[in-house]
Amino acid sequence: MLSINNLKASIEGKAILNGINLDIKPGEVHAIMGPNGAGKSTLSSVLAGRSDYEVNDGSALFMGKDLLALSPEDRAREGLFLAFQYPVEIPGVSSTNFLKTAINEKRKYLGLDPMEATDFLKFMKLKMEEMEMDKSLTSRSLNEGFSGGEKKRNEVFQMAMLEPKLCIMDETDSGLDIDALRLVSAGVNKLRTPERSFLVITHYQRLLDYIVPDFVHVLYKGRIVKSGDASLAKELEVKGYDWIKQEVESAK
Amino acid sequence: MSEPEIGIIDQVVSQEYKYGFSTDIEMETAPIGLSEDTVRFISAKKNEPEWLLEWRLKAYRNWLKMEAPTWQNFSYPKVDYQKVIFYAAPKQKITLDSLDQVDPELLKTFEKLGISLLEQKRLTGVAVDAVFDSVSIATTFKEQLKEKGVIFCAISEAVHEHPELIKKYLGSVVPATDNYYAALNSAVFSDGSFVYIPKGVRCPMELSTYFRINAENTGQFERTLIIADDESYVSYLEGCTAPMRDENQLHAAVVELVAMEKAEIKYSTVQNWYPGDKDGKGGIYNFVTKRGSCEGAFSKISWTQVETGSAITWKYPSCILKGDNSAAEFFSVAVTNNRQVADTGTKMIHIGKNTKSRIVSKGISAGFSQNSYRGLVKINKNASMARNYTQCDSMLIGDKCGAHTFPYIEVNNNTATLEHEASTSKIGEDQIFYCNQRGIALEEAISLIVNGFCKEVLNQLPMEFAVEAQKLLAVSLEGSVG
Ligand SMILES: Nc1ncnc2c1ncn2[C@@H]1O[C@H](COP(=O)(O)OP(=O)(O)OP(=O)(O)O)[C@@H](O)[C@H]1O
Ligand SMILES: [Mg+2]
Repeated sequence: MLSINNLKASIEGKAILNGINLDIKPGEVHAIMGPNGAGKSTLSSVLAGRSDYEVNDGSALFMGKDLLALSPEDRAREGLFLAFQYPVEIPGVSSTNFLKTAINEKRKYLGLDPMEATDFLKFMKLKMEEMEMDKSLTSRSLNEGFSGGEKKRNEVFQMAMLEPKLCIMDETDSGLDIDALRLVSAGVNKLRTPERSFLVITHYQRLLDYIVPDFVHVLYKGRIVKSGDASLAKELEVKGYDWIKQEVESAK
Repeated sequence: MSEPEIGIIDQVVSQEYKYGFSTDIEMETAPIGLSEDTVRFISAKKNEPEWLLEWRLKAYRNWLKMEAPTWQNFSYPKVDYQKVIFYAAPKQKITLDSLDQVDPELLKTFEKLGISLLEQKRLTGVAVDAVFDSVSIATTFKEQLKEKGVIFCAISEAVHEHPELIKKYLGSVVPATDNYYAALNSAVFSDGSFVYIPKGVRCPMELSTYFRINAENTGQFERTLIIADDESYVSYLEGCTAPMRDENQLHAAVVELVAMEKAEIKYSTVQNWYPGDKDGKGGIYNFVTKRGSCEGAFSKISWTQVETGSAITWKYPSCILKGDNSAAEFFSVAVTNNRQVADTGTKMIHIGKNTKSRIVSKGISAGFSQNSYRGLVKINKNASMARNYTQCDSMLIGDKCGAHTFPYIEVNNNTATLEHEASTSKIGEDQIFYCNQRGIALEEAISLIVNGFCKEVLNQLPMEFAVEAQKLLAVSLEGSVG
């Protein structure tokens, strides 16, 4: 699905990613943890194609294609979805209109006819029920005046609508209350299929109780310094990052 | 929120103006330049009664004594009126009995613009008056409207068919001496639409006039007069386009609206005159006087405008709230790109008691363009309990354009309530990237964001025109960010 090899990236001349290697196979759930400022969001932005970042070295293959050569919109249309850590507000644009545009742009790219308005609305209704989304949110302007948690839930709803191959979730659990966390996790679990993969960035083991990962990686200073299974997250929960930082420093 | 990088902005080249073609057709024109003889020529062409010729000549003599205004927030080269052709008409019989007699080239021209004059092809619910250069070519659905007593025809025709109404109302809202361009229009106006809705009638369909400038070196000076008698309702829409030409062409129209007791007029404009090329060469000077009078108690006038075209747009659709409890609205979207200039807004003059007005203005500037909102809210001494709400939002795309607001307020009655809100925003790179990440490319993203920004105004337009307007916004901004 996704194969990242020695990926290095910088912003304004400052190196942030210092050689990332990561292999995600269809159906796998990978969690990425790591201290603040380690480069987790940077990794997701670089994969999604944000132009502020400069890729200095390395490669990323997505479904056999050179991901880094694609425009951000084409990456999305190929099936890469990023649930943002900080979703932006777009005043006056309804979720319905936004998603319809997004879906039809993707269909155009794939050589399909646009979805009819009635089919779209039916599909949206179905997904809203599936994700237990409140109608009042989708009828409002996109993210405008949404609470932090509502924005995150809306990201997952969009993910469900766009049916991506790879879902990157950047701290989708931050800012969620306990019930919302359960709802979001249940939603994500519904989206899990043998083909669809997830890259879940989080600070908390809590989320991983619901969405059980196949692999857990620790990102530190722009590198993956430790990988393990779900138990690694539990270990981090108890011990924090200091022991890993020390391991890294003493290995130098 | 960071703004899009300059490097990206310059990348995409503007799409050509879609309506830039011209029609090759035999024309009859007035001799170039302006004099009393030009005025007489036009009046004679229209077979006008003596009183109207006198009215025009008086306006002309007044105009000679006037100076072009200079208070605007832009400069433009002086118009040489001796180089303008003031009348141009397709060489064919002026009055037509049916559309079969219309030159097929003209029908084709309007088809190409998306305006079918053949009734069976028209979207139901809209009657159209098509004005080509200086004359009205055809008015559709006349018969159906007549059944309800609605008059919808060329103003030149109304002069002959309904002289009493013309005599009473022409110049009653915008006097011939009102301002420099209104005086000019009064002297040389050629055609335009006339609407009369009788007492108690709700006009059964949307009325629409489509203006097309075609001939070279000509100015267009149309005149529209709409009268809604007591307890009547009408929704009217004007659209306009022009060929791409290297020289600037002047369009100086006058629109007058009269709403009697409990009558309502909704006037919508989708203005898409040729804006000039990327470097500001050519394009229409759109210097227009539009004013409505809420004559009767409980009357209502609303102006909705979507201004995307013209090299320079200079206009202030205004309302005089005379009747007690009358209401007025002004909803505006003005988009400027490349080297375009817009100085637009409204005047709300509160005279009656309990009058209320609402102003919602959305300005979008891109490229090297300048976009100004200029508005006056005036509460007269006797206008007790008057209310105004003004909202002015500007959006900037890139950092080489300008947005300006000039809100003027004159309050002479202390029971008035005025509210004013203003905001300026930039399309953020974050918003664009968010759209990109959902598979929506740049141009489409801008169009979504801009349409969202203008939603309140677009919602005011009749459905099918709202869709048109949305597309138009997208096209006007194409190439504004790359
Ligand atoms: N525009 C920028 N200019 C300079 N430095 C930046 C910029 N954007 C990010 N950085 C830096 O890059 C580093 C990595 O940031 P990133 O957002 O990827 O961290 P993160 O691992 O997601 O952290 P968190 O857990 O707090 O979300 C940080 O030190 C941050 O300050
Ligand atoms: Mg982060």
